[in-house]
Amino acid sequence: MKQRSECIAMLLAGGEGRRLGVLTKDLAKPAVHFGGKYRIIDFTLSNCVNSGIDTVGVLTQYQPLVLNQYLGIGSPWGLDRRDGGMHVLPPYVRQKGGVWYKGTANAIYQNMGFIERYDPEYVLIISGDHIYKMDYDLLLESHKRNRADATLAVITVPWADASRFGILSVDEEDRVVEFAEKPKQPKSNLASMGVYIFSWPVLRDALMRDEAQSGSSNDFGKDVIPTLLREGARLYAHRFGGYWKDVGTIDSLWEANMDLLADEPALDLNDRAWRIYSVNPNRPAHYLSPQASVQNSLINEGCVVQGQVNRSVLFHGVRIGEGSMIEDAVIMPHAVIGRNVRIVRAIVGEGAIVGDGCTIGAIDAEEIAVVGSGDHIEAEPKLEEANPV
Amino acid sequence: MKLSLMGVINLIHETEEMGTLTANRCLATVPFGGRYRLIDFALSSMVNSGIPKVAIFAHTKYRSLIDHLGSGGNWDLHRKQSGLFVLPPAMESQSDFGKGDLYHFYRHRDYFARSPLEYVVIARSHMVCNIDFGRVLAHHRERNADITVVCKRWPNAETGLTRKAELDADGRVVDMQDHYGRLASDIVSMEMYVLRKELLLDLVETSLAQGKDHFVRHAILSRLQELHVSAYLHEGVLGVVNSIPAFYRHNMELLKPEVWNELFFSPGPIYTKVKDEPPTRYRSGSQVSGSLVANGCEIEGSVQGSILFRGVKIRKGAVVRNSIVMQNGVIGEDGALENCILDKEVEIRPQQQLKGSSHMPFLALKRNVI
Repeated sequence: MKQRSECIAMLLAGGEGRRLGVLTKDLAKPAVHFGGKYRIIDFTLSNCVNSGIDTVGVLTQYQPLVLNQYLGIGSPWGLDRRDGGMHVLPPYVRQKGGVWYKGTANAIYQNMGFIERYDPEYVLIISGDHIYKMDYDLLLESHKRNRADATLAVITVPWADASRFGILSVDEEDRVVEFAEKPKQPKSNLASMGVYIFSWPVLRDALMRDEAQSGSSNDFGKDVIPTLLREGARLYAHRFGGYWKDVGTIDSLWEANMDLLADEPALDLNDRAWRIYSVNPNRPAHYLSPQASVQNSLINEGCVVQGQVNRSVLFHGVRIGEGSMIEDAVIMPHAVIGRNVRIVRAIVGEGAIVGDGCTIGAIDAEEIAVVGSGDHIEAEPKLEEANPV
Repeated sequence: MKLSLMGVINLIHETEEMGTLTANRCLATVPFGGRYRLIDFALSSMVNSGIPKVAIFAHTKYRSLIDHLGSGGNWDLHRKQSGLFVLPPAMESQSDFGKGDLYHFYRHRDYFARSPLEYVVIARSHMVCNIDFGRVLAHHRERNADITVVCKRWPNAETGLTRKAELDADGRVVDMQDHYGRLASDIVSMEMYVLRKELLLDLVETSLAQGKDHFVRHAILSRLQELHVSAYLHEGVLGVVNSIPAFYRHNMELLKPEVWNELFFSPGPIYTKVKDEPPTRYRSGSQVSGSLVANGCEIEGSVQGSILFRGVKIRKGAVVRNSIVMQNGVIGEDGALENCILDKEVEIRPQQQLKGSSHMPFLALKRNVI
């Protein structure tokens, strides 16, 4: 007998993360490291599980190797289930040929067959690009309460930033009256988080019509939602008050890591009622040598610290040599920092090697310094060494 | 290549003087090294050696064992073929419970009989090491031995309870005595025995038929003349953790980077139950050095020469020196610990000071509030 799921999730994980530059060389954006231990996608996957959603389709496209290996069959998130569970859904070839996912809506359209196997009442659309902890069950409740066709999770953003988001205007009952994608003159500061719940028949119908529409970019924010709104569908906003961050740029990725070091971080990773699950690297407890000093930092398993670390985030397996000083920095997994190195306001990519005596970044630098994943950096030879007598 | 070797970790009648650390758990699940249980070392070594099938012969207080091992997935032993078998005592009557391990081997003989694997390695849980059993088996075949016992040349073995062995020039065991014996030798047994499955089943049946039920004493030590028992000498790090001073000492050994590096990485990684704790949070004012710190801790105070397990909280002004604080321990503001072992979930109230000696550390019971 086929099990019916009330609500299944479709997680868009095809993001390229182009603005993350050398950190996404071989990596889709959802696989980018965050918070000393996690990858960005861990947050949405953990949210699903903690919200009681046990069926998740993960739509991958760009650079899927690392992401696929990371996701496996979903066991780290408890999503290796007999019924439902996690399924990786790359674009595939059909009888009439296959195409890449053209846009967010097209990605879901191409996987309507997957959704229908579960015959859900509701479909949650989320992306693997944001850091936040959210109970999707509350979103579903408000969707049902409003007898909505679609419910959009929204967050209040500073007016100055409003033109970077999809902005909603709502009436007194939070029904959406207007939706503008990245408006030059925003009429409100309620931003769409890219988290939607649709009643499945409504979404199904909307996707088919959107696909038939030539000239559509097949995107939820640009096409599907504006069309539904124009047609008078019942679209509601669901207000979210917690921490939510798009870590699409080097600056925002660095900032979001630093946010974790606040006295009372807005994003609590130590909340046992809302654990963030991830693939655990199986490393021993980290070791601080007798010379080490660590202040206001996050350090993961398997690190060996022999220098000084201030206001920094160290991922698993990082090594910091003697006499080195790490400040306001994010050091990704397995990076090896030599002796007498100074790293300030920087992100050092996964597996990078920074040789003895190097200096990276500066306290007054405007831009965050970046060492790419796997890069090998050596100090400039000193003059006397370069010209042996 | 797949090893034709099956594993047994034998928890029946383990010799230990661990005080309250084993009040509610078996020796195999005594926490060790910041995030492990003692059994993780033997189990991970077996898995890394390519042993496809491991049985744990449980005996007493095995709730924590079953909780820890689960389906074996964390050791990659949750498999369709072979994998992990946790076998509690299968007795005919309650009075059989106290019988020797050979009796329990006999009751579990189907575990051996059903498998096509040729050889068996029988180990204990309290030998903290990282060892390749493939090399032990190769040694066993090369020497054409009946039984190979893993030993270590270990001159300073004073803290644990170990059997000592005397070898001849070819490395054959000519004498072996229990830990209270008088044999003066710097060769200690690591209580790991490799032998053919047929020989094991034969030893089990003939010994039991003669009314003898102790694997090492009756099946092996009393047959040193007739069987070729060869010693394989382990070169790597070893901790024999079956007394409180040994537990303390071998934990503290991990603070030497070379020991940490070898024990946890070479020849393979040590696996344990995953807890999904976030990275450890060091707050402003924390002073931590020469220490081993697991994930999920929150540190505002000062920690020197100590081992903190997962989820430990060190409040402002607290000072922890040369101590072991197990999972979820809390050291209140301005508390002070020196030479202490705190079992899981112990809370030290603010300003409280506790001090043990380096030879006999102060040991606090699980969930105590002091």
